[in-house]
Amino acid sequence: MAHDQNLAIFRGRIKFSSNVSKIWGVLILLTIVTTVEVALGIIKPRALTHSYFLGMKVLNWIFIILTLVKAYYIAWDFMHLRDEKASLRRAIVWTPVFLIAYLIFILLFEADYVYNTLSEGFVAWDF
Amino acid sequence: MTTETEESVWGGGNEPLGASYGKLMMWFFIVSDSLTFSGFLVSYGFARFKFIEIWPIADEVFTHVPFFHGNYPMYYVAFMTFVLIMSSVTMVLAVDAGHKLKQAKVVFFMFLTIIGGAIFVGSQAWEWATFIKGDYGALETKGGRILQFVDAETGQRAALADFSEALPEERVRHQANVGLWYEREGSGTTFSLNEVVEGFKANPNILIRTETLNEEGEKILLNRSESLDKIREATQVVEGANLIHNEYGHPMFADFFFFITGFHGFHVFTGVMINIIIFFNAILGTYQRRGHYEMVEKVGLYWHFVDLVWVFVFTFFYLV
Repeated sequence: MAHDQNLAIFRGRIKFSSNVSKIWGVLILLTIVTTVEVALGIIKPRALTHSYFLGMKVLNWIFIILTLVKAYYIAWDFMHLRDEKASLRRAIVWTPVFLIAYLIFILLFEADYVYNTLSEGFVAWDF
Repeated sequence: MTTETEESVWGGGNEPLGASYGKLMMWFFIVSDSLTFSGFLVSYGFARFKFIEIWPIADEVFTHVPFFHGNYPMYYVAFMTFVLIMSSVTMVLAVDAGHKLKQAKVVFFMFLTIIGGAIFVGSQAWEWATFIKGDYGALETKGGRILQFVDAETGQRAALADFSEALPEERVRHQANVGLWYEREGSGTTFSLNEVVEGFKANPNILIRTETLNEEGEKILLNRSESLDKIREATQVVEGANLIHNEYGHPMFADFFFFITGFHGFHVFTGVMINIIIFFNAILGTYQRRGHYEMVEKVGLYWHFVDLVWVFVFTFFYLV
């Protein structure tokens, strides 16, 4: 089981001397990202909550992107996907990513349609 | 191709993906379970988009930290996230020690992982209890909308106990033996609807806050005359949250909170149980004799997956 481990993150920009020090490095990275998320969630900077990109607040885009960054490092370094064969890694990652992206697209569009129907219809829902 | 190689190809023991049977099966489970969780989170998104203009603001719902009084939005959830990431780290350290066949280190790090998981499940239980118990109390209208109260002078939320009047009224509790057998009454609220309404009328500095969000993403506050008008629509007092009534806002918010964090908490609980089994196996030297600690690695995959799911639950339930 003692296969070689890839001891670099950030596309090789940060290198670690051992697997243990790499784990602590990833922990520091995840902690920083979580702290930034919580700080933004509490402060809610006006510049980010009042600007929109593709119909969503920039702040929410930041939250989602930071979440994906965290998910990437958990999967790649904690779950050792970085050290698996590319075929296994792709099978594990792209299957759910494709299905979930489709699910998100179809359900959120439907929900928006339902919202518009309820708000523009002749029936009062808030009475 | 000779017969010999054909036999070795079809005779089993091949690992084209470079992973053992057990590890592949764990990945199968993780991929399917991730689809289950994304189904839950996307249906949360559906409910939220459907009721986008009245959805509760998570920052205003989860504001408590154990042993501290006051308003601390998100702090405790951030702490829980950190605990789970930390227990993931001790799990990787256990796996790493397993690669080097260091039994004592595996045992030590597995122990820390179990402690981390237990702290997380305990925090989750506390979070549930706080949510169920409720905070300020509210009124519900005939249409199922929630009316909350705000002190006009301070701008802070007002609890029902702050302004309700104790009236000399007596409430006879409905017993099953005096009516239809399937009709029963749970425990009542601290104040009756009449007491809240009378108290509201007597306190001119109390205003009503509706569920509707304005352009700024804040709940719309009614002025006094609008509030007096609105309170006539109230039909019952709501304290805390359950699957049907929710003082924080739309009942769907509470339903999804219980369901998604509950399902995740159940995963953490089973993860702790499996970790305990592996912990004892490691103590007994089962894996040392086997010559490899792959079982720790497989259980580690499950444990990291639980952490991975929490990262998404944290974002979509508490942050966005």
